[in-house]
Amino acid sequence: MRTFVDIHDVTHVYARAEDGLPAVERLNIKIQEGEFAAIVGPSGCGKSTLMKLATGLQFPKKGTVVVDGRQVGAPVKLAGMAFQNPTMLPWRTTLDNILLPLEIVEPHRSRLRRHKAEYVAKAEALLAQVGLKGQGHRFPWQLSGGMQQRASLCRALIHEPKLLMLDEPFGALDSFTREELWCVIRDLHAAQGVTVILVTHDLREAAFLADRIFCMSARPGRIVAEREVAFPRPRDLEITYTPEFSDLVHELRGHIAQARKAA
Amino acid sequence: MTVKRQLVLAPWIFTIGFFAIWEIICRGFGISSFILPAPSTIMAATWEYRNQLAYHAMHTLWMTLAGFGLAVVFGLLLGVALGASRLINAGTYPLLVGFNSIPKVAVVPILVFWFGVGWVPPVMTAFLISFFPIVVNVATGISTVEPEMEDVLRALGASKRDIILKVGLPRAMPYFFGSLKVAITLAYVGSVIGEQNASNVGIGNLLTRASAAFEVPLVWAALVVLAVLGVVMYMITAFVEQSTTGWAQRSQMANA
Ligand SMILES: Nc1ncnc2c1ncn2[C@@H]1O[C@H](COP(=O)(O)OP(=O)(O)O)[C@@H](O)[C@H]1O
Ligand SMILES: [Mg+2]
Repeated sequence: MRTFVDIHDVTHVYARAEDGLPAVERLNIKIQEGEFAAIVGPSGCGKSTLMKLATGLQFPKKGTVVVDGRQVGAPVKLAGMAFQNPTMLPWRTTLDNILLPLEIVEPHRSRLRRHKAEYVAKAEALLAQVGLKGQGHRFPWQLSGGMQQRASLCRALIHEPKLLMLDEPFGALDSFTREELWCVIRDLHAAQGVTVILVTHDLREAAFLADRIFCMSARPGRIVAEREVAFPRPRDLEITYTPEFSDLVHELRGHIAQARKAA
Repeated sequence: MTVKRQLVLAPWIFTIGFFAIWEIICRGFGISSFILPAPSTIMAATWEYRNQLAYHAMHTLWMTLAGFGLAVVFGLLLGVALGASRLINAGTYPLLVGFNSIPKVAVVPILVFWFGVGWVPPVMTAFLISFFPIVVNVATGISTVEPEMEDVLRALGASKRDIILKVGLPRAMPYFFGSLKVAITLAYVGSVIGEQNASNVGIGNLLTRASAAFEVPLVWAALVVLAVLGVVMYMITAFVEQSTTGWAQRSQMANA
């Protein structure tokens, strides 16, 4: 296994930050290829900033970000992203929303028109994988929040990204839907072997899904704890009711509480 | 009667009721038709002057549509520029707002100095008065793209141009078509103002001449023709809005 995302000693100050304080400071994170990493931390600690740094939407003031062996100096183009807000375009059908990244990324961009059928088939296969079989013709606003979030995952994966970035993707969903989607993500990760970075403030979510969990301190964010999660895969939702799982969540909770107190 | 049918009938009932009350007041109080002619008197005048009115109304219609067409083209272009670039937006906003605050009646004499009396001043007035709402709406639609959506696309290597074409412009369309309803009404006001002061034809010019000659029923007939044309043009743009960006209304209802 090799290191896929290497954030080394990164300090970032937003150009438009009013107080001029860094959003993250001396951040060090190493994520292996194919690994499922989770980042947890209090809100405003710089989790989304970390995502932007790793995808080349922001460049660090100090330190280096290396993704897939290359130092990041522009948007990385190999990432798929999904957010809490599914941001589906209401004038496109769900299927056309999912195909949107292909209209941007090469080589798909120039192939899309001639090989449309092939890509549509791929999108429909993805829809089936997330439990939305045959729903592609519907408009996003005809889908429930959970369904939109599933579609948004398909959109993040359609161009076969090597890196999947999930920024609190299930924050707005009820707990049943959320657990369903945990399983969807778990299966997608297993099937596609993609490296995943999941930002969340749900500690159970992190513990259930991740191979490795990073806890961040309050602003300016830095890593206060790194924890490997050894539960064997494939994991069943049942493990969330085992004592080992509770212990892990409890431990994480301790790190976060300390990080908040330190602030 | 269902609510839907009531909604369809309501505009007719209210309009007819309005004119009926007007008629009753004029007759009941014996108001002189020099002060306020009754609707029946105005109808009779409209019929009497129908050829003249139709001829001038056609002219006004053309002036309005020409000015409106220019406003749509320039409004879209400028709106996209303002929505796409924060620099252009910040730089031109004071100019635009300042320009928009000038009453367009005050500009007509200048147009006459430049182009003389004829079709240019009404078209230009219609254009100048109606392009501002289009610019502002298109710019708003483009500049309010959700930051997450922008991140999703930028992380894929999308250029500014990609983002505007794929997201900004389609998203601005409901704003654009919404602004057309306002713009067509303004363009219409503009062309009439232009005609009143700087043209030898058109309803505006007819109004000026009729009031100078104290032909009160003709003045009122011209006003009624103006109102009817205005309603028709508004309804056409509203219909175009409905049929092109129905998704915006439906998606909003779904969210509500
Ligand atoms: N575009 C920006 N300009 C200035 N400051 C920002 C910007 N985005 C985030 N910040 C600041 O950086 C800090 C970290 O933000 P963020 O990464 O969004 O936190 P999180 O995702 O952990 O809640 C916050 O204090 C926030 O106010
Ligand atoms: Mg965030």
